[in-house]
Amino acid sequence: MEPRIGVYICHCGANIAGTIDVEAVTQFAQGLGDVVVARNYKFMCSDPGQALIKNDIAELGLNRVVVAACSPRMHEPTFRRVLQEAGLNLYLLEMANIREHDSWVHENGTTEKAKALVNAAVKKVRFHQPLEAREVPFNPNTLIVGGGIAGIQAALEIADSEHRVYLVEREPSIGGHMIQLDKTFPTLDCSACILTPKMSAVGSHPFITLFTWSEIEEVSGFIGNFKVKIRKKARYVDMDKCTGCGICQEKCPWKVESEFDAGLAQRKAIYTPFPQAVPNVPVIDKEHCAYFLKGTCRACEKFCEAGAINFDQEDEVVEVEVGAIILATGYDVFDPTPITQYGYGKYGNVYTALEFERLCNSAGPTGGEIILRDGRRPQSVAIIHCVGSRDQNYHEYCSRVCCMYSLKFSHLIREKIPEAEIYQFYIDMRCFGKGFEEFYKRLSDEGVNFIRGKVAQVTDQAISEEEQGKLIVCAEDTLLGNLVRVPVDMVVLSTALEPRRDVEEVARTFSITESQDGFFLERHPKLDPMATMTDGIFIAGCCQGPKDIPDTVAQASAAATRALSLISRGKVEIEAATAVIDEELCSGCKTCIPLCPFGAISFEEEKKTSVVNEALCKGCGTCAAACPSGAIAARQFITEGILAQIEGVLV
Amino acid sequence: MNFEPKIVGFLCNWCSYAGADLAGTSRLKYPPNVRVIRVMCSGRVDPLFVLKAFASGADGVLICGCHPGDCHYLEGNYKALRRVTLLREMLKQLGVEEERLRLDWVSASEGDRFAHIVKEMTEKIKELGPLSIRT
Repeated sequence: MEPRIGVYICHCGANIAGTIDVEAVTQFAQGLGDVVVARNYKFMCSDPGQALIKNDIAELGLNRVVVAACSPRMHEPTFRRVLQEAGLNLYLLEMANIREHDSWVHENGTTEKAKALVNAAVKKVRFHQPLEAREVPFNPNTLIVGGGIAGIQAALEIADSEHRVYLVEREPSIGGHMIQLDKTFPTLDCSACILTPKMSAVGSHPFITLFTWSEIEEVSGFIGNFKVKIRKKARYVDMDKCTGCGICQEKCPWKVESEFDAGLAQRKAIYTPFPQAVPNVPVIDKEHCAYFLKGTCRACEKFCEAGAINFDQEDEVVEVEVGAIILATGYDVFDPTPITQYGYGKYGNVYTALEFERLCNSAGPTGGEIILRDGRRPQSVAIIHCVGSRDQNYHEYCSRVCCMYSLKFSHLIREKIPEAEIYQFYIDMRCFGKGFEEFYKRLSDEGVNFIRGKVAQVTDQAISEEEQGKLIVCAEDTLLGNLVRVPVDMVVLSTALEPRRDVEEVARTFSITESQDGFFLERHPKLDPMATMTDGIFIAGCCQGPKDIPDTVAQASAAATRALSLISRGKVEIEAATAVIDEELCSGCKTCIPLCPFGAISFEEEKKTSVVNEALCKGCGTCAAACPSGAIAARQFITEGILAQIEGVLV
Repeated sequence: MNFEPKIVGFLCNWCSYAGADLAGTSRLKYPPNVRVIRVMCSGRVDPLFVLKAFASGADGVLICGCHPGDCHYLEGNYKALRRVTLLREMLKQLGVEEERLRLDWVSASEGDRFAHIVKEMTEKIKELGPLSIRT
């Protein structure tokens, strides 16, 4: 059938038409071979724009369509739908990206370039063939990685709809960072009080399979059909036998810094991180256990009445099959040690925000007393904002929670030590959320000193009697325009939220990418912040970027909804643009077979030719690039089409 | 007259094409000399495409893929790297300067990097002048 091509050039308001002479491009297109009609319109993606294409397909008998507009990553699905609705196979479309790759990025030469891109698209679209999208069943199980508030929320949303969730957490208990926090801004709810009911719901939910002290080993497959290997690290405690009585932890003679208490208290070598842990089954920390280090002790084993201790336990790898994956791997707290001028690690009474949370917490190392390392109650506290955030040397981004938790700290100090002087050293107060500004106002009325300026240094070098024995915070008060030295007993650093240390490794395991700040990259920053470029893999919470608890919960529920909508459909369309081998041309050289990263090509001994398994092929086209006989067609990107496109861009 | 080189860019769909899109969304400015052809993977770039581009009047060819280890198809970018290494040797024998074929890595979040690469390459090829293949 002779190609009958329609070319549609979008103005995109002034986005394209502002710099590209769309009229000239239309006339140019009109003169190209096989082009039956070329039109331009204000907004091609609008209903009237779409109707324009549909009418032409019907009236002029078009069998190929070129849309010159934005990136195909933006509106290709829209225009494919238009073709489909007009009764044309959706693969008979080609887009020319004259917005992101042209009108938005060049100061001159845009019209010429648009012509070249349209020319290339017209030349290529002639080679497009109708393809049938394939549907495969969607596995209704979901994997959720990370058991903080994001993972917990998403798990409960999905499990409540009676679909299986595998929740994987690498720590001995779920709870994440939120369970470490004392109060939550701006409402001052107790963090543990609002989280523990959800944790226990996860622990007992019939549709949640919980893997704690476990990590993801390997992910393979594709949307609807992922295979995941989960490594259950040896706990050395039999989960079925353990009653959670805690005698082992009492009797264990070895003490280790507690990660849960941010190093301010100690735990045992066999431990549950905190009393409300889910599951309430301890683990043995092999690195610090006397038995593993020296071959003697086994005190826990002797005292365990349930006989749950098992030193012979080994790691176990479990394989599960899931349709969707939600990553909720959270964040790490910025280590302020490199900012030496703030003296963290040098001066005992300089604390990080997380350490201070634990100090305030009634279940924390001091029973909720805010006290210095020597046991005194501080009479003055300085809180330094933006430590590691909004700083080109560390993280350029704003961590979005520090202003508010710093205000909360002021309130907690005021509550516990009413006479204390409190100083907030801030760059800008960012109180943007619901109830945030009101909370700021309330704190201003509680007698907190706000000093606008980035702190230059925290030192113990006194220059006056008043400063003796104190930590002196040196800063410029940029509102008054003078330098200040404020002697205090305690300094709290409002440390940034940063990507997990192993974020790159995790991104690779799941074939997703990171944005420049190191957090996981979302599919679209505004319209698809919970999806990734890999179909079927979603992200929620701080692994996507710093955010507070309400935003995390909202995103987690959204990610869960996305998974659920796929589950409820029960099937998923997968790429039809796979590779196909022409038996007549294949010489049987087998060059393609080892090149395929998915093992989709095999050799048929009878015919002496290679053959592609379309269910495994993902359409990368690497085989087509290597075939010496030109026998492999990467559909939608066939060699002839691309060669024509090359000629096209070089007009 | 000023020489305006023509550069054909082969960009992988998942990282580099998205990176170039981001340059657009961020309204970064770079020279219009590059004309982009989208491929699913840098591993799809048949050496033939590069030769065809030079033969059809391109003064430079730019291939961009995901950073090593980040390939959406696991290792297509490594295959592109191997092919380009061999191809450069061949192009040298044809009298095509090495700098006319550039392979680089641009992730979906590196719009500025893409703009920078295009700027740099355009300047380089302006220095080299139009391609003339030794006959």
